[in-house]
Amino acid sequence: MKRTIERHLNILEFTLASLLRRRGKNLSLLAMYLLVIFMLASLQFFVSALKREAAVILADAPDMVVQRLMAGRQDLVPTEYATGIAGIRGVTAVRPRLWGYYYDALNGANYTIMADEQQAAGLPRAAIGAGVARARTLAVGDLLPLISYNKTPVMLEVGSIFPSSSDLIAADMVVISPAQFHTLFNFPEGQATDLAVTVRNPKELPTVAAKIATLFPDSRPILKSEIQRTYQSIFDWRGGMTLMVLSAALLSFIIFAWDKATGLSAEERKEIGILKSIGWETSDVLLLKFWEGTVISLTAFLLGVVLAYGHVFFLSAPLFAQALKGWSVIYPRFQLVPVVDAYQLAVLFFLTVVPYTTATVIPCWRAATTDPDAAMRY
Amino acid sequence: MILHPAALALLMIALLVSGMGIYAGYYGLRILGRWDPASGSEGQLELERRTYLISTIMSYILGFELMSLFLFIYTADDLHTLFTGAMCAVGSLAINSFGYPALLLKTINFILAGVWLILNYADNKGYDYPLIRVKYELLNLVVPLLVLESVLLIAYFAGVKPDIITSCCGSLFSHESSGFSSDLASLPHRPMQIAYFAGMALTAGAGLLFYLKGRAGYLFSTAAAVTFLIAIASIVSFIGPYFYELPTHHCPFCLLQKEYGYIGYFMYATLFGGAVAGIGVGVLMPFRGISSLAHIIPPLQRRLVLGTLVCYLLFTLIVIWKMIFSALKLG
Repeated sequence: MKRTIERHLNILEFTLASLLRRRGKNLSLLAMYLLVIFMLASLQFFVSALKREAAVILADAPDMVVQRLMAGRQDLVPTEYATGIAGIRGVTAVRPRLWGYYYDALNGANYTIMADEQQAAGLPRAAIGAGVARARTLAVGDLLPLISYNKTPVMLEVGSIFPSSSDLIAADMVVISPAQFHTLFNFPEGQATDLAVTVRNPKELPTVAAKIATLFPDSRPILKSEIQRTYQSIFDWRGGMTLMVLSAALLSFIIFAWDKATGLSAEERKEIGILKSIGWETSDVLLLKFWEGTVISLTAFLLGVVLAYGHVFFLSAPLFAQALKGWSVIYPRFQLVPVVDAYQLAVLFFLTVVPYTTATVIPCWRAATTDPDAAMRY
Repeated sequence: MILHPAALALLMIALLVSGMGIYAGYYGLRILGRWDPASGSEGQLELERRTYLISTIMSYILGFELMSLFLFIYTADDLHTLFTGAMCAVGSLAINSFGYPALLLKTINFILAGVWLILNYADNKGYDYPLIRVKYELLNLVVPLLVLESVLLIAYFAGVKPDIITSCCGSLFSHESSGFSSDLASLPHRPMQIAYFAGMALTAGAGLLFYLKGRAGYLFSTAAAVTFLIAIASIVSFIGPYFYELPTHHCPFCLLQKEYGYIGYFMYATLFGGAVAGIGVGVLMPFRGISSLAHIIPPLQRRLVLGTLVCYLLFTLIVIWKMIFSALKLG
């Protein structure tokens, strides 16, 4: 046992020395390798961080949302539906929600307008998101003029501004009272945008949804789990798509690595020849090549992952953000929360180190089996 | 088809592994056809060199198979959120009929690759390559299985369709959620406990007999293989519930989760390691008589037996520890 370990350690030491001797060639390989791992790792980190954000936000979403369809389009829900649904056993609460989008011609931004019952209790003052406040340079106490659908101005007094920490959800939000909502959008009475349904036992959700669909055939119940699932697969899909695009880079790197490994320099050839003539066996040279690959792979992997971590979590991934985040006039500013687990690293390892290793197996073997005299004759 | 990064990684590995396998198998066939140790021709020399390449490739395949086996289970587990009713890997593997066959084949391929490497090790120690035929016959069995595994894996991931919102009606009643069973058919725990401990005792007895006296090699190997199967069934039947402290939770994959301190990795590693070494002992038995291996195989077999015994002992100790200290008592 001790001898085996010593053999490996000695060969590793020799490998390091010989890698350092051919610094230029190995550094260029390392740089390419590092770049590929950095790109893939950034992508992986970014997508998982976004998935996590989505999961955290959706955790507070209502158990079920009931919409009404009219000719295949979403339509307003009459509030009688709420009474009907509240009568189904297992349903704890039904809340008609009033919300919509407001296009602000001044800056081309879309605001999400929501009505809140509690807002009605106090003074008719609006709570706005930090993004809206920035776009219109507003502070608490200022007036936010909006144009209603009757072309009459609606003056909202800013009562509070949501903290930036809630930017991801609330950046473009304007919360007003139901009365203001009705005035602003000329919204019909006795209707709601959709219904938020709470069910006590999550296992009963599909049954309750089925009952709602039978009771109101034009309704469309959507479960929270379905929304979560849809988000997960959208992010997976986006990540996978970008990965497919990057696979061209991966492939060219593999060809590069193959080429580097096949094209042994005269010096290397001579080195192997000398090693074999002083008694190294083919398996020893193979072991030397194995350690060479391991040293390069691990160095590139560790450095690449660390750089990607900095890129995504300190700099907010400027290279990928445009492709993966989407865009809008009021875009939430957010700092991603670092999530790195062994699973991501394993996937990354498989995507990079395994193809590299496979590409270099045959060239390494070819190098290891050259005859000493043939090798030294060059 | 899903474009999950881990699924893409798994597919890529499967393709690489079967590509390497086919390459190795092709040269294996050539070696089988033209091998002639008496000849000093250039062709024979070339073939002898190829054997180095093939054993290197096989050891990489073994490594990749082992790592991707766990990655596959973990990915299946990660995907379960995409399907209604799936609680963990058990549910997502049952999404279509290719999930479990792929997993089974991955396990078999891992064991076969391990046995192949044991044969290869013994063969390389003999000066005249005495096992070359056996080795490459076995390789010809492994390669089609590797290819089949890739096909199953591609079929599995191609058939995965997440249950997401559709435009007509949001909910799942479009396909009247039958839900995928999260329960596995599990055998009753009392007979399984008896079978498990009897199998372990038999393996240990035969192993000691072989280690000390050099007898009962086949008995030991068979016992080790059968005990491996019993142990897998036992994980589903009673070992799992002891860990989860829930008599109805039989999942063999949840042991790999963080909640249980990733102990599953260690347990499966000992179990697989023990099985590969134990089966290797039996495979080496017929070749003890070959003169160039007469001094090589018996010590190698003793080391393998010791390996199996240590692995199985560690596994059993964990099981016993959990049976005693678990809050759950199965009557």
